[in-house]
Amino acid sequence: MSSDAQKGAVKTELGRRYHFAASHRLHSPALSAEENCRIYGKCNNPFGHGHNYVLEVLMSGKIDPATGMIANLADLDGFVEREILDPFDHKSLNKDVAAFNTAVPTTENVCIEIFRRLKTFPNAKLERVRVQETSNNSFEYAGDNPEGFER
Amino acid sequence: MVLLTRKIEFAASHLYHNPHFSPEENRRVFGKCNNPHGHGHNYTLEVTVAGEPDPVTGMVLDLKDLKEILEREVMQRMDHRFLNYEVPELAGQIPTCENIACVIWQLLDPKIKQGKLHRVRLYETPDLFADCYRNGSEGANAR
Repeated sequence: MSSDAQKGAVKTELGRRYHFAASHRLHSPALSAEENCRIYGKCNNPFGHGHNYVLEVLMSGKIDPATGMIANLADLDGFVEREILDPFDHKSLNKDVAAFNTAVPTTENVCIEIFRRLKTFPNAKLERVRVQETSNNSFEYAGDNPEGFER
Repeated sequence: MVLLTRKIEFAASHLYHNPHFSPEENRRVFGKCNNPHGHGHNYTLEVTVAGEPDPVTGMVLDLKDLKEILEREVMQRMDHRFLNYEVPELAGQIPTCENIACVIWQLLDPKIKQGKLHRVRLYETPDLFADCYRNGSEGANAR
């Protein structure tokens, strides 16, 4: 059996993946129609388009010896369901999520908004989030926590 | 520094049960993972070693050596085993993904002589995993 001292030499993170499907349109009111078209290309299509997003959430904390867990998955799943999946899944990010009424819903900004919502999880420390927009591109955000990217 | 990762898969069964909890508490905390007969997963283990490539061989460490270490330390111990009853390193612990990953780190770290163990990532399912790193500044700035 591992002693607490041995465990102290190791930092453990819990990773959980979630899936949501949503539409968006990349368009900045600060840019002209031509600039929007040039910068965002087909993502500027006025009717929008969608993705199957994969969200990866990394939590750190002490492993509770009574449960063997950093955070109870039922608690984490319920929290993410409430904070992210209910408001984002099968929604238009631009129209249905208040933060993107103004901010352009690039996946960079989606990461930042998700991090902002999840960092209040009470039972563990949010290290970083990673959002995969397609199988070919993904984005990560660790807030202002420098350690979040040191791994 | 270069990071090298090798992946292996093993299948094992487990159950979550704390003898200090009442049956109701066990069911509430652990849900269906508390089924007394156990259940199983196909685990995927990714082991990442950090080091400088040897100027002669071009290798951080010989993959054959790493494969042998993983076979001896992980596969023989855990593959097609009931983790609660057959893995002494897990005795007295709830065999969660976090705890299994920590045990694997402790088994592998002293055996890896070339390069340094950087990360152990253990997937219990494609959507659930635990990562272990060396605590402290070592390994910082390398993903």
